[in-house]
Amino acid sequence: MELLIFYPLALIVVVLAFLVVFNKSPIGSAVSLIGMMLGLAGVFVLLQAHFLAILQVIVYAGAIMVLFMFVIMLLNLKGDDKVWKVRERNVWLSSFTGVLMLGVLYKFIDITGGAEFNSPASVPENFGTAERVGTSLFTDFVLPFEVASILLLAAMVGAVVLAKSKVD
Amino acid sequence: MWIDLAITLVKIFFILAVTVGFFAPILTWVERKQSAIMQDRIGANRADIMGFTALGLFHIMADGLKMFTKEDFIPQGANRLLHTLSPIIALIPAILTFAVVPFGGKYTMWGQEVNLVISDLDVGLLFVFAIASIATYGYVVAGWSSNNNWSLLGSMRTASQMISYEVAMGLTIVGVLMVYGSMQLTVIGAAQEDFWRWGFFMQPLGFLMFFAASIAENKRVPFDAPEAESELVAGYFTEYSGLKFGMFFMAEFIEMVTIGAIVTILFFGAWHIPFLSTATLISMFDFLGDSFANLIVMLIHVGVFFGKVTFFIFVQMIIRWTLPRFRYDQIMKLGWKILLPLSLANIVVTGIVILALN
Repeated sequence: MELLIFYPLALIVVVLAFLVVFNKSPIGSAVSLIGMMLGLAGVFVLLQAHFLAILQVIVYAGAIMVLFMFVIMLLNLKGDDKVWKVRERNVWLSSFTGVLMLGVLYKFIDITGGAEFNSPASVPENFGTAERVGTSLFTDFVLPFEVASILLLAAMVGAVVLAKSKVD
Repeated sequence: MWIDLAITLVKIFFILAVTVGFFAPILTWVERKQSAIMQDRIGANRADIMGFTALGLFHIMADGLKMFTKEDFIPQGANRLLHTLSPIIALIPAILTFAVVPFGGKYTMWGQEVNLVISDLDVGLLFVFAIASIATYGYVVAGWSSNNNWSLLGSMRTASQMISYEVAMGLTIVGVLMVYGSMQLTVIGAAQEDFWRWGFFMQPLGFLMFFAASIAENKRVPFDAPEAESELVAGYFTEYSGLKFGMFFMAEFIEMVTIGAIVTILFFGAWHIPFLSTATLISMFDFLGDSFANLIVMLIHVGVFFGKVTFFIFVQMIIRWTLPRFRYDQIMKLGWKILLPLSLANIVVTGIVILALN
């Protein structure tokens, strides 16, 4: 039953991911990316991680992609500009990096979850609920969490300073 | 299992009938009639059948007919696929949010427990926000795909306004979540049985900020810079006609119902009647037998809930016809410099009070 939902969802995600790369127009790519993220949220729901799914939609599909769209529209990229064309010599390098990345990811999942292709790793108790995410964020990962927030703050201040010096 | 499925289907049908079937069309009439009264006009009285105008109610049918029969126009150079897709992206999320909105409590009738919500999600409130943020793309893509500068400007304003007010709106409800300790809308609603525990008394500032931010999210006057008629023709839907325009229109009215429903659940006691607990209400109808008493209380609660929702829709309309449009920089200033710091302060104060009371 679960697989019946998983396979179409996975297919949609993969197809949309390819569309992100091969789409001619930047907005088309962005729309495909949003669709892909919604599909990923669906995969999270299948894992009973409602909270993670909702966060995926709010943060990535909701907030970040609106900013992407805003910038694309601000620059009014239509897809016929030189800026947007994929440079020929980069294709092979990019594909190679992608394959390497996939291998790394697979090895990573293999080590952490002990998962094989045909037997998915077991999902821990109350995985992905608001309580679980909150507790692990504020107990086991409190230092990385705080470091990340300081990094974000620094980036924000930096952006404001850079923008301000241009305006003045 | 079949009974559960049947009950769910009835609930889905009921919600669709109330939002799409009743509120969306009737609100087009209410808005005309109310603005007419506020501006001392007669208003909406031209459509008639054999001389009967029925207070202008036939305008709803006339609108529907007009939208169905108008030419569906796609401008030259527009992206046909995205142009067609975007009204759908705008409308569907508006209806989808009602999947987690409870319109009554839990009632036991004839050995069957009925929970008046289609899907009782444990992150219900966040679901509403997530789905609402998807609707943004409907408006943004609509303007971009129209190949029209007015539309493009409209959707850029939409994008920036949505980002600004989503942040403020998300932060204002954190106070409510802290007070009730849950993101489940049914739990938040059930926690407000006592009149003095209504969210409005717990979070008065939170209510005002949430209401302002949600009107901004719905892009209605005074926050309607994305579709400002006097500057941008009609903003992002300039190039839309017929039923596609109708879908944007409907999305706006359904979102008004959503705002009314969320405000009612978070701040105004959801389906509860002030000073009248569910247990007392059921005991008042005890002479009919337990199941019938539950049934009647359920109907009363649903009525009370939609009564409150109607009231908040009316408040939104009064605001719409009272205030002039804010300038674009005023909207940004209100979002980032007033609502955002205030909502952060609200969270801090709420946290301190909760700690002190414990």
